[in-house]
Amino acid sequence: MTKSDETLLSQHFEITGGDFNNAGKASTSIKEILQEIGIDSSITVRTSIASYEAEMNVVMYARRGELTLNITPEKLHLKLKDEGPGIKNIDMAMQEGFSTATDEMREMGFGAGMGLPNIKKNADKFELFSIPGKGTSLDIIFCLNKTEKK
Amino acid sequence: MNQYYHSIRIDTEKCDGRMKCLRVCPTQAIRVRNGKAAIIEEKCIDCGECITACPNNAIIPLTDPFGELTKFRHTVALPSPALYAQFGREILPEKILSGINNLGFDSTFDLALTCGEVSFAIQEYLREYKGPKPLISNVCPTVVRLIQVKYPELTDQIIPIEPPRELAAREIKKKKSKQLKLKENEIGTFYLTPCPVKMISIRQPAEKGKSYLDGAISISDIYGPLLSAMKGINKGSYRKALENICILGVGWAMVGGICRTLRLKNSLAVSGLTELLKVFNDIERGKLRNIDFIEAYSCAQGCVGGSLTVENVYISYNKILKLIETLEYEQIKACPDIREVRKRYSQQYFFIKGKFEPRPLKPLDKDIAKAIKKRKEKEEIYKLLPKIDCGACGAPTCLTFAEDVVKGEAEVTDCIINNAQKLKKLL
Repeated sequence: MTKSDETLLSQHFEITGGDFNNAGKASTSIKEILQEIGIDSSITVRTSIASYEAEMNVVMYARRGELTLNITPEKLHLKLKDEGPGIKNIDMAMQEGFSTATDEMREMGFGAGMGLPNIKKNADKFELFSIPGKGTSLDIIFCLNKTEKK
Repeated sequence: MNQYYHSIRIDTEKCDGRMKCLRVCPTQAIRVRNGKAAIIEEKCIDCGECITACPNNAIIPLTDPFGELTKFRHTVALPSPALYAQFGREILPEKILSGINNLGFDSTFDLALTCGEVSFAIQEYLREYKGPKPLISNVCPTVVRLIQVKYPELTDQIIPIEPPRELAAREIKKKKSKQLKLKENEIGTFYLTPCPVKMISIRQPAEKGKSYLDGAISISDIYGPLLSAMKGINKGSYRKALENICILGVGWAMVGGICRTLRLKNSLAVSGLTELLKVFNDIERGKLRNIDFIEAYSCAQGCVGGSLTVENVYISYNKILKLIETLEYEQIKACPDIREVRKRYSQQYFFIKGKFEPRPLKPLDKDIAKAIKKRKEKEEIYKLLPKIDCGACGAPTCLTFAEDVVKGEAEVTDCIINNAQKLKKLL
């Protein structure tokens, strides 16, 4: 029997700030992994949206970041840690439509102020921790057996 | 028993295992076993890339031979507007349709008008739709299958309106059977198709319903006979022939042809498989939620780029553009009556009977823990492989080979590069 908190899979991705050529690759890999191991497709899609938004935040604002995917029999955990400007006002950042994106970013179709709220909306549990001037970390959790529990 | 019907068969006599098909297949659905190509049914989306790639013509699109016509009491041909694109302004649809009549069909039907009606119906659907966006067109059966297999969560975003060919066939059967006092199954409806995929959509509709078409005949098969059949036809008035062309529907075969008729602020037209993959990835990430509608074709430039067409794809694309320009210049704007379409729309006239269901690929194992274990094994095997994707083992890439090994469908020792290196070490 596998224990409920045993890590079955752990995958690590490096993200480079400003590297738009490779932006989105981590979330594409994550989606492929989830499909291959048979995670429910609605969870796969929600994870895919959340990981993409998180990855793009690093690419747009931070110097570098690490995205880790951990799967236990009950949970899917995305952990993101970046070295960047951090978020001064978290309440503001969580509001839909609030954005500190530059004109260039908006030009590229980002900066609608939907990033963090969208991650929260798709996740089952979401925690944000940030030190201005140092960086931000996100814990994004999806329950794998949600339907059974209900 | 095969679960899925495919429009593609491999002639094992002609196939000499040259692996061209292996490399072009976008879903890695082909393996070469014992020197012959074989298709993995659940992975195939019938895009037809392998047909074009095969140097031996060993991959055969299953379209219907002409002989099928004799099975019916009355036969109707419904050419794809891509057929009009083969001729453009030089030979107008009216003459093409009478040419087809001369080939032995009892009657012909101009799909451009139905395309126009469906354009209006899509407008209606978009107006009242409240779900996640963008909505995706369903005219290309490969697109529908690609979504079902690789993007199962997007199946609800496929527009549930019958494509024009199906809608027209349904109505023809109703009308002709009354008119001629025949049963509906005595009326044969034949689509003149630019690609082999329409054949499966007839044999096995994606929504699991029943197709109203009885068969598909390749445009490339009919092209030669049609040229001779049109020779005897006297050109009537050119202007009059132009006036019969539905300006909304005639461009449906080329990319952008549907978007052009919808007058939406936010719509995209996409063609070509690699482009589709990029766009569908973006939809899945939620990047395109401000787009209302996506017109999508698996062939580059749309149906005019189908593997069963004759004219160069860019030429035919241009021919349709020029035809539309002429219609606009002459201010000929024949199109269906929008009030009539709205009335029928409210009576559910346009909707498909079934539902598009997802058809996701099987994971490595039903049990997540076991699947993860197999994935690790797969990665371990992959590390040992040369990663040059030579294909000699019969799988298109080293990664798919590793997957086949984990699934028990291939042996690690099938990799000849690794074997050669092992031999070298021994010597």
